[in-house]
Amino acid sequence: MKAAPGTHEAGATAAEPPVFVGETLAALERRFAEYPTKQALLLPALWMVQEQRGWISEQSIGEVAEVLGLTPAYVKGVVTFYTMYHTHPVGRHFIQVCTTSPCGLCGAEDTMKALLEHTGCGELGATSPDGRFTVIEVECLGACGFATPVMVGNDFIESVTPEKVPALLERYR
Amino acid sequence: MGYPHPIHPGETPVLSKHFGEAEARTFAGWRERGGYEGLRKALAMAPEAVIEEIKASGLRGRGGAGFPTGLKWSFMPKGDGKPHYLVCNADESEPGTFKDREIMRWTPHALIEGCALAAYAIGAERCYIYIRGEFTEPWTVMSRAVAEAYAEGALGDNVFGTGRKIHVTLHRGAGAYICGEETALMNSIEGRRGNPRIKPPFPAVAGLFGMPTTINNVETLAATPHIITHGAAWYKSLCLGNPKSTGTKLISVCGHVLRPGNYELTMGTPMRTLIYDMCGGMLPGRTLKAVIPGGSSVPIMTAEEADRCLLDYEGVVEQGSMLGSAGMIVMDDSTDMVYQIWRLARFYAHESCAQCTQCREGTAWTTRILERILAGKGKEEDFQLLLDLSEQMTGKTICVLSDSCAAPIVSGIQKFRGEFDAYMNGARQPALAGA
Repeated sequence: MKAAPGTHEAGATAAEPPVFVGETLAALERRFAEYPTKQALLLPALWMVQEQRGWISEQSIGEVAEVLGLTPAYVKGVVTFYTMYHTHPVGRHFIQVCTTSPCGLCGAEDTMKALLEHTGCGELGATSPDGRFTVIEVECLGACGFATPVMVGNDFIESVTPEKVPALLERYR
Repeated sequence: MGYPHPIHPGETPVLSKHFGEAEARTFAGWRERGGYEGLRKALAMAPEAVIEEIKASGLRGRGGAGFPTGLKWSFMPKGDGKPHYLVCNADESEPGTFKDREIMRWTPHALIEGCALAAYAIGAERCYIYIRGEFTEPWTVMSRAVAEAYAEGALGDNVFGTGRKIHVTLHRGAGAYICGEETALMNSIEGRRGNPRIKPPFPAVAGLFGMPTTINNVETLAATPHIITHGAAWYKSLCLGNPKSTGTKLISVCGHVLRPGNYELTMGTPMRTLIYDMCGGMLPGRTLKAVIPGGSSVPIMTAEEADRCLLDYEGVVEQGSMLGSAGMIVMDDSTDMVYQIWRLARFYAHESCAQCTQCREGTAWTTRILERILAGKGKEEDFQLLLDLSEQMTGKTICVLSDSCAAPIVSGIQKFRGEFDAYMNGARQPALAGA
């Protein structure tokens, strides 16, 4: 994994301001009433971190552990189980392309290659030199009838073909 | 289906009738379409009577296992004084399946109504809907609908003025196929790694947070208000001769057909009718080679088996496979079966939670052997090794993920042996480098 200079890298070394203060902390605490344990808020809390920071650092893991009364080691064990949590900085636009069998039958691998080429990422998991894009292969996005589905950040785009890739990326430049 | 294609005359649209209609997503729009009548009617009945009606309808779980829904609900203890939970499994991630996504995108209130109805029947005051993390649009639509349902009194501390408490919480997954397994899903809600739990105890005894829990699929729950509104007899009448498989089923069709999509069929409809009539047949100039009928975890069927197959729980079993989640992957004569089986094995190797040895080692090992075959370096003994490994991966682990990896491997070797041989003897050029 190569992180592009000037994207999130500075945040990886310098101390970050805490996530769970003010309105974010209040939003988390409001959700305590919906669950019988604080631990159940772990996945929601990690999502809140990622939405604010773009990824989940060691420092954020410590902060989540403290706010939920867990140990950092426990939180890290959970973070690393789930593929959608980033444990390192990624490009501004994180692109996930489905290449599982149903999409693979319909040309998903060519769509993936077109994405790697047109973003400048070159290889899966790498961030483009301009820091805009990271492309990964993902297993089944649950939209097999609309092959090939691609996610750009939170945007879900159906029926992507190699020909449609340049225009699709233009929207994120 | 209604989206993206118009409803085919051969379909029986119950759940999918309003797919594609933006107004159906709103509370008012859903009420205009007969929504929340089933919940109102259920709230006026005794919970036991609701369960009996669902039992009588013959509704079976639409997530994959096909377990009778009313019977599952009846396992919940009565008068135990403990909190009960309802969990809705919206972690749809079985390759080939994309029906729950459409239910949530187009008819979110159908699911909320089904959840409220089921929660009432099993004595639960809280329902968690676990939506896979990648489903961003369904999440947005569902969030809006839940807020609206609270504002309109369909959820909250006093549902429709009956004094009943029913709360719905949406819980977002974070990328893990295994969390579609019910006990892994419960661990995930509890803020744990998504490792499946040993059963027993079953969820009705000790499920979410150790409390009695019922877990149902999106499509199952969305069907229940229709059953209560129109009656069990009506639902039961929606079958073409097999009384063990009743009602309608959303079949997701993907792969090499002209019009992929979701088709809602009366149980027992021939697979031929679905492929050649509703889906417009195979791509031009192509013929059918194979079908995986129930999501990627079930045995592969040949074209001949598919031609004979009736689409209901028993009909698919008769042709050597399973209806599963009814995610149908259709493959034409251009398909390299060895490559596809390798790709499936790689999927399971990626998704194994690594808790059980047979699964952790077996999914990775079979993937590597298939890679070797595709690289033109397969050995004759690889067939027996794959079959032996598959045997060790079946029925020996906490959940069925490794069984699911073995199913396409074993059926693939049995039914498409010639394609493996072609890689072994050099008749086919290597599809992968190295290994």
